[in-house]
Amino acid sequence: MVTAMASLPHIDNPVKLAVKDVAISYGGRTVLESVTFDVHEHEIFGIIGPANSGKTSFLKTLNRMDIFNPSMTFTGQITFNDRDIRKWRNVYSLRKRIGVVFPLPVGLPLTVYENVALAPRLSGVTGKADLDIIVERCLERAALWDEVKDRLDSLGSLLSGGQQQRLTIARALSQEPELLMLDEFSIAVDPVTTMRIEDVLKKLKKEMTIVLVTNLVQQARRLADRMALFLDGEVVEVGITEDLFAGQVKDQRTKDYLDGRFG
Amino acid sequence: MFEASELNIRNRKIESLFRILFLLMAGLLILPVAIILAILTYKGSSVISMNFLFTSPTEGMTAGGIFPALIGTIWLVSVALLFSVPLGVAAAIYLSEYARDNWFTRIINLAIINLAGVPSIVHALFGVGAFVLFFRFGTCILAASLTLGIMTLPVVIVSTWNALQAVPMAFREACWNMGATKWQTIRKIVLPNSISGILTGIILMVSQTAGETAPIMFTGAAFFLPQLPQSVFDQTMAMSLHLFVLATQVPGVPEDVPYGVAFVLIALVLVMNSLSIAFRVYLRGRKKW
Ligand SMILES: Nc1ncnc2c1ncn2[C@@H]1O[C@H](COP(=O)(O)OP(=O)(O)O)[C@@H](O)[C@H]1O
Ligand SMILES: [Mg+2]
Repeated sequence: MVTAMASLPHIDNPVKLAVKDVAISYGGRTVLESVTFDVHEHEIFGIIGPANSGKTSFLKTLNRMDIFNPSMTFTGQITFNDRDIRKWRNVYSLRKRIGVVFPLPVGLPLTVYENVALAPRLSGVTGKADLDIIVERCLERAALWDEVKDRLDSLGSLLSGGQQQRLTIARALSQEPELLMLDEFSIAVDPVTTMRIEDVLKKLKKEMTIVLVTNLVQQARRLADRMALFLDGEVVEVGITEDLFAGQVKDQRTKDYLDGRFG
Repeated sequence: MFEASELNIRNRKIESLFRILFLLMAGLLILPVAIILAILTYKGSSVISMNFLFTSPTEGMTAGGIFPALIGTIWLVSVALLFSVPLGVAAAIYLSEYARDNWFTRIINLAIINLAGVPSIVHALFGVGAFVLFFRFGTCILAASLTLGIMTLPVVIVSTWNALQAVPMAFREACWNMGATKWQTIRKIVLPNSISGILTGIILMVSQTAGETAPIMFTGAAFFLPQLPQSVFDQTMAMSLHLFVLATQVPGVPEDVPYGVAFVLIALVLVMNSLSIAFRVYLRGRKKW
């Protein structure tokens, strides 16, 4: 029986990120290959897969963090805004357009305020009034403002784990990113905060494109419009989340993985 | 059940034995410091006076004070600092933040290790050859301070490098991910969080420099020179050399005087160290992680 494919409103949006036949290796050992998919503007693109399947390495490649690791190389083509990321005149402006949230919150050794003001400062915003507005707006959007508005001058590292993770989201937002990448953000966050952040992401989607790496299949189901499964060093499936969970898969391993029948 | 608890008791006994052992060892460290300070205070403090500190030596250095030597040491150390701190900190920043693991980096590291292993008397000969003769500075503060500076460069580099490496890598990566350049990251995150460690290294270097004798003996320090230096091209007296001279070269020096000089020298170092500790406590109070 043929069921109709689910359709998505943003599938016709311009392509934000085009990944074509990408392979990543460390010191000649290939850890991920044949990655090919497009990410459209204003979608949440989920990436799921077991540990060591190359998810983090893939994110590092997207914002050219591979440059810092001489043993890390990638082949294939990635375009961001239709421009090959290898050909960006300066990688700093590429990275500024891509916000990153790590699995464990990295509160910079600065106050709450300075954590969020750092990126604008680096881009040349100096006025206190301008910074105040940016800081409040970003903390607001990360659903953290109410909790920290009275302690902006205390250290970011004194906040609770869940607050720190939202602080890193606020920090990423302060770059005014076009693309937000989250790497297993809920690993050290309590379930309630996880839900709050998920709500934040649903709202942020209206403003930007989101790539969400997660080890929680159900989180991908809740958030991702489309998603890819990384398995055994390759991409075994790319599809609309709804379809995949409805069983419309090209690869049997996807079904097993989504049903938790893996290993 | 019974056997296990007997084993427990034995382990506990061994545990406390070792703790006491290590405590004793650590406690022993205090001993030499305490003895040195006690002797110096006992024998030396009697000669300390305003007169001793702020007048020149007289009567063939058997009387009078140590003022030119005190000022000379301050000159020598300051000029050495001006040379070795910028160079050493810059080198450490390069090695810690920019250098990749290649043959060039390895050669630099090797050079630093070897520089650290060179005896001070060899530094003295190098200083004579390079600064006094080749660059024609003559024997003067500049030549002596450059010799001291080169000698202490490894201390500054290694301690600064350690301080920089103590800043978690995750902080740098978070910054780079935001589109910060390496230099922006160093300025905004790495340096502010390693400054107390860097200062500790510099203070250590000051203490070491103040006490050195061999490297300055042939390059700029004078046996006896009652007037104060006017520029870096003058010779000068220095505390360390003055102590050596009084203790071994001049007949008829009252027994207490060398102890007095040593007392002032140690006091100088202790004051520097306390300042650094106070400063570090202040900085740690503001430490951000
Ligand atoms: N810096 C590195 N150097 C060498 N190998 C690495 C490095 N980072 C990750 N790897 C390897 O790449 C593979 C994928 O890792 P990673 O991208 O972290 O996967 P995931 O995020 O899906 O857990 C693993 O086998 C890991 O050992
Ligand atoms: Mg990972």
